[in-house]
Amino acid sequence: MGRFFLASLLPTAALAGAAKAAEGESAGLPQLDPSSYPAQLAWLAISFIVLYFLMARVALPRVAKVLEAREQHIAGDIETAERLKAEADAILAAYTKAIADARGAALAALKTASAEQAAETARRDHAFVAKLAERTAEAERKIGAAKNAALADIRGVAALSAGAIARKLAGLEVGNDRMAAAVAGILSTDRR
Amino acid sequence: MAAEGHSPLAQFEIVELVPIRIGGLDFSFTNSSLWMAVAVVMATLFLVASARPAALVPGRWQSLAEMSYEFVANLVRENVGAEGRKYFPFIFSLFMFILFCNTLGMLPYAFTPTSHIVVTLALALIVFIGVTVIGVAKNGLGFLRLFCPAGVPVFVMPLLIPIEIISYFVRPVSLSVRLFLNMMVGHTMLKVFAGFVVLLGFLGGWAPLAFIVVFIGFEVFVALLQAYIFTVLTCLYLHDALHPAH
Repeated sequence: MGRFFLASLLPTAALAGAAKAAEGESAGLPQLDPSSYPAQLAWLAISFIVLYFLMARVALPRVAKVLEAREQHIAGDIETAERLKAEADAILAAYTKAIADARGAALAALKTASAEQAAETARRDHAFVAKLAERTAEAERKIGAAKNAALADIRGVAALSAGAIARKLAGLEVGNDRMAAAVAGILSTDRR
Repeated sequence: MAAEGHSPLAQFEIVELVPIRIGGLDFSFTNSSLWMAVAVVMATLFLVASARPAALVPGRWQSLAEMSYEFVANLVRENVGAEGRKYFPFIFSLFMFILFCNTLGMLPYAFTPTSHIVVTLALALIVFIGVTVIGVAKNGLGFLRLFCPAGVPVFVMPLLIPIEIISYFVRPVSLSVRLFLNMMVGHTMLKVFAGFVVLLGFLGGWAPLAFIVVFIGFEVFVALLQAYIFTVLTCLYLHDALHPAH
């Protein structure tokens, strides 16, 4: 790469040269002094290679590691959040289901209880009716017995009364047995 | 030589610090070498020290280091594609080297290695030769398709192919001259206006001083922008080499 080629590339070279000329100096641009090129190129190569290895081996992996760690952390956090949300949803679903189940169970229990209550009531009702019927029957039986007893007494009373009436009115002495038979005969004809 | 100390171009002079001669050639450690080394050390320190906390929520310096990493990574991903990952360390080093050479050159009394055409041309030639070698190695003769874009009428070809070939070989020149001129002209302008400040003295010097203040901000921007442009173009050339058919 010759000096003339470079000079032709530089529109400002003329300008800078003019500036120099105005100051009365003959030296050109320091950039166009080829004697400085080997040193610049050598040190450019050294520093750029050193920089490349420092970047590629040391600096970039560290920055990349930090960035990756952050990305993973964020991804992990999002995953945890999603997992927790799913858990919360499951818990909510379980809660809703439990509520519905409990309501169903309560309704069933209520139904059973009321059915039991109704059965108990019916049973007691039956028992009461039966007892009532039994008592009625007993009372009727007693009444019947008392009636019979009363009727039986009435015959005796009637025979005695008829004997007494016959003694007072007719002065007749009629035996009790005859009177009783007569009363019985009358009563049986009455009943017909 | 004392007068040269005040020349706007004196800042570009190579000053020998440690003379080294090998086989008749001058490989001295110069101010240019010194500032290249400073750029290498600063770039490494910037990344390693900033990334050291390795915090989940990065601090300012860690954010800067991560931003520069992701900035270049995105540049490579978008302009080269997935195959560009292999070349990421090189492109990142290139970006960091130019960025730190440019910005460190903004410090007073500092030297800007990238204001020398031999340095920028060497970087551009590394890119140019590397890209060409990668292109030929990946595509063989198919690499020549780069010079004849698809879907162009045949009768335009005789005109188009020479233009494409010329534009291809001008790449290292435009790449290096752009960086070199931007660095040199900006620094020269600053020095010239600084000279005006002294020349106009206490009464009139304020105007060029105000200009310098604004212009330094602009120059920092240019320093960043030129590092970006060099890197983007390297990515685009690499993309061309990997996918010669447009």
